[in-house]
Amino acid sequence: MTKLIVDGKEIDVPADYTLLQACEAAGAEIPRFCYHERLSIAGNCRMCLVELKGSPKPVASCAWGVRDCRPGPNNEPPVVNTKSPLVKKAREGVMEFLLINHPLDCPICDQGGECDLQDQAMAYGHAKFNRYEENKRAVTDKNMGPLVNTIMTRCIHCTRCVRFAAEVAGVDEIGATGRGEDMEITTYLEHAVSSEMSGNVIDLCPVGALTSKPYKFNARPWELTKTESVDVMDAVGSAIRVDSRGAEVMRFLPRVNEEVNEEWISDKTRFVWDGLRRQRLDKPYVRKNGKLQPASWAEAFAAIADRVRATRPERMAALVGDLVSAEPIKALKDLMLALGVANLDCRQDGAKLGHGPRQGYLFNTTIAGIEHADALLLIGTNPRWEAPLVNARIRKAWLRNDLKIMRIGPRFDLTYQVQDLDNNPADLADIATGKHRAFEVLKNAKHPMLILGAGALARPDGAAILDAAAQIARNTGMIGPSGEGGWNGFNVLHTAAARVGALDLGFLPQKGGKDTIAILDAAARGDIDFVYLLGADEIDTKKLGQAFVVYQGSHGDAGAHRADVILPGSTYTEQNGTYVNIEGRVQQARRATFPPGDAREDWTILRALSDVLGKKLPYDDMGTLRLAMLKDAPHFAETDRAPAHPGVDVGIWTSIGAAGTIAKTPFEYPVKDFYLTNPIARASHVMAECSSLFVKPRLSAAAE
Amino acid sequence: MSLRRLAPDQPTSFAFTPENLAWAQKQLKKYPEGRQASAVVPLLWRAQEQNGGHVTEPMIRVIAEMIGVSPIRVLEIATFYTMFNLKPVGQHLLQVCTTTPCWLRGSDAVVAACKKHIHPHAETVSADGKLSWMEVECLGACVNAPIIQIGDDFYEDVDGARAEAIINDLRAGRKPKPGSQIGRQTSAPEGGPQTLTDASLYTKGG
Repeated sequence: MTKLIVDGKEIDVPADYTLLQACEAAGAEIPRFCYHERLSIAGNCRMCLVELKGSPKPVASCAWGVRDCRPGPNNEPPVVNTKSPLVKKAREGVMEFLLINHPLDCPICDQGGECDLQDQAMAYGHAKFNRYEENKRAVTDKNMGPLVNTIMTRCIHCTRCVRFAAEVAGVDEIGATGRGEDMEITTYLEHAVSSEMSGNVIDLCPVGALTSKPYKFNARPWELTKTESVDVMDAVGSAIRVDSRGAEVMRFLPRVNEEVNEEWISDKTRFVWDGLRRQRLDKPYVRKNGKLQPASWAEAFAAIADRVRATRPERMAALVGDLVSAEPIKALKDLMLALGVANLDCRQDGAKLGHGPRQGYLFNTTIAGIEHADALLLIGTNPRWEAPLVNARIRKAWLRNDLKIMRIGPRFDLTYQVQDLDNNPADLADIATGKHRAFEVLKNAKHPMLILGAGALARPDGAAILDAAAQIARNTGMIGPSGEGGWNGFNVLHTAAARVGALDLGFLPQKGGKDTIAILDAAARGDIDFVYLLGADEIDTKKLGQAFVVYQGSHGDAGAHRADVILPGSTYTEQNGTYVNIEGRVQQARRATFPPGDAREDWTILRALSDVLGKKLPYDDMGTLRLAMLKDAPHFAETDRAPAHPGVDVGIWTSIGAAGTIAKTPFEYPVKDFYLTNPIARASHVMAECSSLFVKPRLSAAAE
Repeated sequence: MSLRRLAPDQPTSFAFTPENLAWAQKQLKKYPEGRQASAVVPLLWRAQEQNGGHVTEPMIRVIAEMIGVSPIRVLEIATFYTMFNLKPVGQHLLQVCTTTPCWLRGSDAVVAACKKHIHPHAETVSADGKLSWMEVECLGACVNAPIIQIGDDFYEDVDGARAEAIINDLRAGRKPKPGSQIGRQTSAPEGGPQTLTDASLYTKGG
């Protein structure tokens, strides 16, 4: 610890702090443009100048270490001033230089109202107007793809975007060409930035040079209603802020959650909002004479009731989709059990997991925990597309801790170095028993971990693969002590936001019941006559055969096209709901807008239907429903917290999965197109554009 | 200095000649393992020489590949340093210094000669393809101002007429004599020594 005197106040900070951090610790506010906590230090904007006693000039506090400050002649602590006239003059001077070439187009700038330059010019600039008589520099706008709008005349060359692309996103594609007044931020030959996280440069840009293209000229920040929620585009559960105006969601922004998404979100999370408005189901439909006809709720319920009464429970089934919150899952489960239906499943992809202890399907290391790992085995998973923020953490650990990464799976650029083992799942058994070289790497690591992809489990031999992974975890010392500071290196990476919550609530085949694949096969054979799809679109609907299909959901996607009755539900921005992320972290999504037309909140639809079916569910409001959920899964009571490395009991690791032989069939990744993984994304024009720009060329290259 | 952008017309490929490739591989070995990116400037410079004086887009990609960085990092370097020409240049490129000392000593006349005898616009190849000219910042030979740099040689003490003579020589395929154009020895005073004129002051036994 080092003593410093900041504005006359003595403080004690770690020696590896920068002056800026020390000043902040002392409660002083330091303006900045180029400095960002999560990026490397550039020190080029000069806005953070402070006075350091003994230094002939003001120093850039972001790039000056506390240990570089010299003590006074009698060994007094170094003295820093952040409010002296010298500092004020320095800041005003820097601000003048920034404003000389910055256009005065705030009234037509999308950053207006949330602009660092605007705010800091107010706080630290000269209070003098009409002083710029020279022409301002004009810079041609650059193409950065369909997501990032550029107005480069506004750029102040902080290089945050350059550093973000190179460091966090891991795609070295943005750079600063030219020099001096002619310096320009651009991508190589103006190609679009090929990152799944490129939208974050919009938030990082302190001015209006990089703004959101889909959101362009749509709204002003002060007229938006802000709702804090969580994302459901992948299973990570990123913290988001939903900005809405009236009935429409205008944009998504990240919220800081150090344990999950830090302050980044993926492009799918950020730009999917136009999908919330398109292809919506806004009234019930009933199929009459082979055609879906608009109907009233009563007619739709009556059609279902007629059919349910005529069908025996063992010929009925229910499937839960990827975006559904826990409450309707619980309601559907209770309704189906009351009807005596045992054919329930939430694993649309047919993954062979979910039975046995909770640790067997969680990301036990936790996302933040990845930063401590020093060896990692990826099993049939492509985290860059399945969970971009998990991938960003792995990259961070790779950059900082020299994390060694091995992979069993197809080659794919993950933005860090990966040692490719043979894509032969059968090798897993050898790794578990120590016959494979990967065993030693994991065994010798202090904090080894493995990530088992959802795709690796959605195979006929999925249970054996799960078992082999559990054995690897047990035999290589991945299972350490539980609690804070403990370690558990066994991780399953789900791709569906609804999955962990549904597994927690036990939406699985009941005694004698069929799983997803068996249900679809039975329906194709004609052994299942009634299927209830709760937002389930990622199944092969052709296999539903002659069955009577009820689709409850928000978008007219695969499920709705096949349905005989459509019940219009809500999206994650239109209802309160509980989601459990991959780590087992229980989080609340909150309503920002109301569902369109006759659409209703999902659990209320099931509650109303249960009444018509004569099996009235015992809850009339969200509170009682949530209390009922606690009976199934008591951990729902504790929100926003991941279980800290559960599973010390080594015994449980033999009961995960099932022993069996693993086929040599190579692994395939479950996510074929990052931008089009769910009904909301498939309804979005922006996502479609991204897909055709970034994914189609990749697919056609692979086909050649 | 104006905006530095890659020329609109670009060839489709670039490859080092075998000799230059061998040379480049040797340069790469000069740097510690993992620091090969540091070789970017010498490689670009050699590539520019091989290509007749300017840097092309395929060249940037080839060099980025060789030193293991993304192309944007090499483009940053190529656009930063004015020693890299991004547009085609003539067989001989006249780099006319117009910084203050040269300007005071009459670089305007040199520029006028270039405009008249090469091309009215800087950085534009003359009709016969042999010459182009550009203004540059201080060449560091102010005592002999004004200066023109042509290739590796400095032509000092030029004025309009001498610049024209140099241009005519180059056009005719003759190589003008580098150094001072008024015959003075390096940067000694014009018209011979002004001090130590009496040899007895410095000869032994004088």
